[in-house]
Amino acid sequence: MFLGIDIGSSSSKAVIINAQLKILGKAVFNTGAGTQGPEKAVGAAFREAGISGEKIKFSVVTGYGRMTYDKADKQITEITCHARGAAHMIPSARTVIDIGGQDAKVIRLDKDGKVENFVMNEKCAAGTGRFLEVMARILDCSIGNLSSLSENASEEIIISNTCTVFAESEVISQLSSGAKRENVAQGAHKAVAKRVAGLGSRIGLAPDVVMTGGVALNKGVVAALEKETGQKITVVENPQIIGAIGAALYAWETASKLS
Amino acid sequence: MDKNISSKQILNDMISRHYKEALEAKKSGERVAWATSIVPQELLETMDIKVVYPENHAAVLGARKDAPAFLRNAENNGYSNDLCSYARVNIGYANLKESAAGNIPMPDFIFCCNNICNTVIKWYENLAREMRIPMILIDTPFNHTFDVPGHSVKYIREQFNHAIGQLEQITGKKFDHDRFKEVMKISAETARWWKKATALAAAQPSPFNGFDLFNYMAVIVCMRGKQEGLDLFKLWAEELQGKIDRGEGPWKDQPEKYRVMWDGIACWPHLADTSKILRKNGINLITSTYPDSWTIVYDSDDLDAMARAYSSNYANRNLAYGAGNIVQIVKDFSLDGIIYHSNRSCKLMDFRQYEVQRQVQEQTGVASVIFDGDQTDPGAFSLAQYETRIQALMEMMEQRRNERLSRR
Ligand code: SF4
Repeated sequence: MFLGIDIGSSSSKAVIINAQLKILGKAVFNTGAGTQGPEKAVGAAFREAGISGEKIKFSVVTGYGRMTYDKADKQITEITCHARGAAHMIPSARTVIDIGGQDAKVIRLDKDGKVENFVMNEKCAAGTGRFLEVMARILDCSIGNLSSLSENASEEIIISNTCTVFAESEVISQLSSGAKRENVAQGAHKAVAKRVAGLGSRIGLAPDVVMTGGVALNKGVVAALEKETGQKITVVENPQIIGAIGAALYAWETASKLS
Repeated sequence: MDKNISSKQILNDMISRHYKEALEAKKSGERVAWATSIVPQELLETMDIKVVYPENHAAVLGARKDAPAFLRNAENNGYSNDLCSYARVNIGYANLKESAAGNIPMPDFIFCCNNICNTVIKWYENLAREMRIPMILIDTPFNHTFDVPGHSVKYIREQFNHAIGQLEQITGKKFDHDRFKEVMKISAETARWWKKATALAAAQPSPFNGFDLFNYMAVIVCMRGKQEGLDLFKLWAEELQGKIDRGEGPWKDQPEKYRVMWDGIACWPHLADTSKILRKNGINLITSTYPDSWTIVYDSDDLDAMARAYSSNYANRNLAYGAGNIVQIVKDFSLDGIIYHSNRSCKLMDFRQYEVQRQVQEQTGVASVIFDGDQTDPGAFSLAQYETRIQALMEMMEQRRNERLSRR
């Protein structure tokens, strides 16, 4: 068995696969680096797979918290792992858009699914999950409900500030001058999409474009991204665990090379 | 030069002497100039004027982690946080005049050349005005054509002549044209040896040790017109050749796995961290666009050639040159990758970075990565983000190498 762990800034994910690359266990915990999240995710994945730690031949950790996690055999960046995971799930993928809690990245893959080039957002929360969290808080709605809220939008609202702090006050003043919450929610999705589409156009979005990461669960963002980029975007099944799947695949590959 | 002393020791000694002498000269009533990093220093050297280079001084303060107080001072006085951090450090220093990391004398005049960027014009105009001192400007128009056009050469040459008159007026001394020829000769020769030494990095494994380049750069900036500078580069080249002959790589305890170039200025406040992470991944930084920036080579006694040389700096030339230059570097140094520093300070260098990266990638297929940072403002850099990008670069280089090997 092979274990992949992805420790992000706001969530921890673990995936266990067997030598036939079948997923036996998977788990997501909504706390990330510096918390008990990674332990809990790994524990839950073990329980789902119905195995214990000794059965693991090799493990790989990825994500923002990979440097400080010392229980894995190897660490690999989230860029390489997301690419691997996405290409495994959707072999025709040539572009991967991953929006996580504190960063957004666009990765170009070659025909073998290997990383050709990538861009990440500048150190700024614009275009990331954090931006959406801030917006959800102002709108007094859970992050999970932001998408359904935006479905009832009736009018286009533009959030022009890219800086999250500025955008926050911009939205507050829009709300206080009567803007509808639904419209603001949609505006927030569009703001993220604009930003990420901008990143993408720097290296070019070659089809098929695949989206991974927790924000891919938000239909509003995906729709806005399709509109911004003019491309069809395929959301991978279980987008949150794609990085961990990639890590598990590398664990399997490394172990096969070693033996 | 004593053969038992290494060029590195001489280098450090030279730089501290450079600053000490400038301070002493000022005390004894000599005139001191502040100048931009790629000025026609030949004119100043001929007049025997002590020069300090605020960009180098700001880099020193940055590396010794003393920049924030000066950055803040400039910002408190109304300069935007978006202004180049070299400018902010220097403007703050002109105000506070004292740093534990090293001091420079206040200038009697400014000698400015905009072949590196146009930020320097307003930065120094403001200082000259506040200090009520003269400013000499050599204006080198940006070259939209591939080569420096004839009219620019003429325009710049005439400014050299005009500057000579201004210098005579400021110092009350006559300009000695014979001495000028001599200085031109030494300067061009120093530049040739700088180029020769830095080109030795192309050997495999490279004799360069990571950030060596950034250290030796101080001398090509500050002492280009001096015999000692020339001697230093000759010695350095000799040492490097020795390492090549003995087959020595950059590190004693680990082999050179990947060879990269660094585009842009170093992150001085994070120099140790940024280089440690490269080393951890087996990445050796062997070159940048800097070797060529100071390869100011021309036939002595030819003012036109000198004008052309000063206008030919990488930063002052068009996109085709910029991308072509890096493509050539990738080939000459057998690079595996490129690290582009998207430097918050330097709009000029960032402006075309993505397009240069795209063109270079298209033409060479070499792996590359862009990271965000700043040359002297420690706050505009995230170590974790840098590390992830460098590691991802390493993984891309590894993948490409494995593919190459498996194809054989
Ligand atoms: S860092 Fe860039 S903006 Fe600042 S002085 Fe140098 S060339 Fe000009």
